[in-house]
Amino acid sequence: MIELDHVRKQYDGKAVVEDLSLTVPDGAFCVLLGPSGCGKSTTLRMINRLVPFDGGAIRIAGEDVRAVPPEALRRRIGYAIQSIGLFPHWHVEDNIATVPRLLNWPRARIRDRVTELLELLRLDPESYRHKYPHQLSGGEQQRIGVARALAADPELLLMDEPFGAVDPITRDALQSEIARIHAATKKTIVFVTHDIEEALRLATVIAILERGRLAQWGTPLDILEQPASGFVRDFVGGDGSGLKLLGLRKIAERMRPGETAAGEPLSAEASLRDALAAMTERHTDRVPVADTGGNPIGIITLADLVR
Amino acid sequence: MQPLHSIASPALWVAVLFVALLFGMPQLAPAFELSFPGVTPAVFERSSFFALWLSHAGLVLVAGGAATILGIALAVFVTRPIGHDFRALVSTLAAVGQTFPPAAVLALAVPALGFGPRPTIVALFIYGLLPIIENAIAGLEGVPAATREAARGMGLSAWQMLRDVDLPLAAPVILAGVRVSVTIAIGTATIGSTVGALTLGTPIFDGLAGNKLPFVIQGAVLVALFAILTDMLFARLEHWLQAPAAQPLV
Repeated sequence: MIELDHVRKQYDGKAVVEDLSLTVPDGAFCVLLGPSGCGKSTTLRMINRLVPFDGGAIRIAGEDVRAVPPEALRRRIGYAIQSIGLFPHWHVEDNIATVPRLLNWPRARIRDRVTELLELLRLDPESYRHKYPHQLSGGEQQRIGVARALAADPELLLMDEPFGAVDPITRDALQSEIARIHAATKKTIVFVTHDIEEALRLATVIAILERGRLAQWGTPLDILEQPASGFVRDFVGGDGSGLKLLGLRKIAERMRPGETAAGEPLSAEASLRDALAAMTERHTDRVPVADTGGNPIGIITLADLVR
Repeated sequence: MQPLHSIASPALWVAVLFVALLFGMPQLAPAFELSFPGVTPAVFERSSFFALWLSHAGLVLVAGGAATILGIALAVFVTRPIGHDFRALVSTLAAVGQTFPPAAVLALAVPALGFGPRPTIVALFIYGLLPIIENAIAGLEGVPAATREAARGMGLSAWQMLRDVDLPLAAPVILAGVRVSVTIAIGTATIGSTVGALTLGTPIFDGLAGNKLPFVIQGAVLVALFAILTDMLFARLEHWLQAPAAQPLV
């Protein structure tokens, strides 16, 4: 659990974070969302004390972050950033092993851990272990960045727009990876982005920041359905708010069990947005639905989407 | 990468030529006598060329080593938060040091330090500091901000940051500064002979004083070869340092 308790931060007399309080539960995927300059990165960097804060308190599992030497604190917290910052003079294994080496893990344990992480990120350990960063694509570099952040099995992972600089296809793949890793490891993740789609896709809970203040705190569904202010509505909504809502709900929630229709079935786990896309493509108002095993279990119609 | 002992290595041929002339210059006496009739002896013989080179190299090594250590130390200091305010001052002092002609430094240092190698070392040291400091500062400031940010975020201490990130990444640029400094110092060290230091400049100044052109040629050729060879060896070292690490990130 991470608690921010009336945290304040000023730069040159100008407040960038004002009286910010929030509690991130264990295992949450918390996205700090907002336009540039809203203080989301500063907030993230205050958690591992890369940025000192002026007032209030930040506690991780009940312990004040200022009670621990900053280096020791940071070695317990994974950290991944948009510019990645791999060490160009170290090969992949040494890059990933940065924190384990700082913690003086035995060599064999480090080796095994690197293998495990490369497999977790779906990179072949033997062919990647001894590559240098400049030999990797942008997406591969960011995978190594994420593996490095996870290396010492930190209780908490901080990610500052980690996928902001890669192409859309790679970003999509990396988002799937981090969602899978979060589901598999149950680590608490605090993730900064200005990309609303990314936030809706990944977050279990979203904090929307507006000029250093908390504008809204809630699940992606709360935020889309009950925006707390005009600012939140404008920021998350734009012109596609309805589509975003459809993207958050599963077909299983609206389907009509037992009925049948012609065509390739969609998975019940797919989103309503996928259903709408399928109907549009197929020029039909009803598509069949199957369970994860591929067995037909019902249908969904256009009317169900807008119910 | 080409190994140093490769037969195709120009450095090897320069080294062979240099060593051959260093030890074999007296054997060339008939050729010099033929080219410069009336000059006797035709080859400098007050001291062996090897002894001159040893002393010359020693002066460069001591002055260059001291300039390297102090230059890097100062650059490290002014690129840390604590020394940031001194950055401009250090750059200016180093630049002033280089505007001082070494001959003037020698003239000023002799009354304090006496004749012999010591004023030469001081002059070479002051003259050689600027390229080392400037390059070391440029190298340290050129370390990618993202790399330092990530390193700090993962819990490297200030010392670990310097040892594991800053110095290794700045090394090629720092080395380039040392290379320039040392190569210049090898040429400049010859003037130490005017204040009693033993260098490969000794035959040059003896030859100028006694109107013995062969001495001048012998000293000048050896100094030039020594400087070229050193420069080539530094180039090797730089190449070795840069592979495979300091390539730009894609």
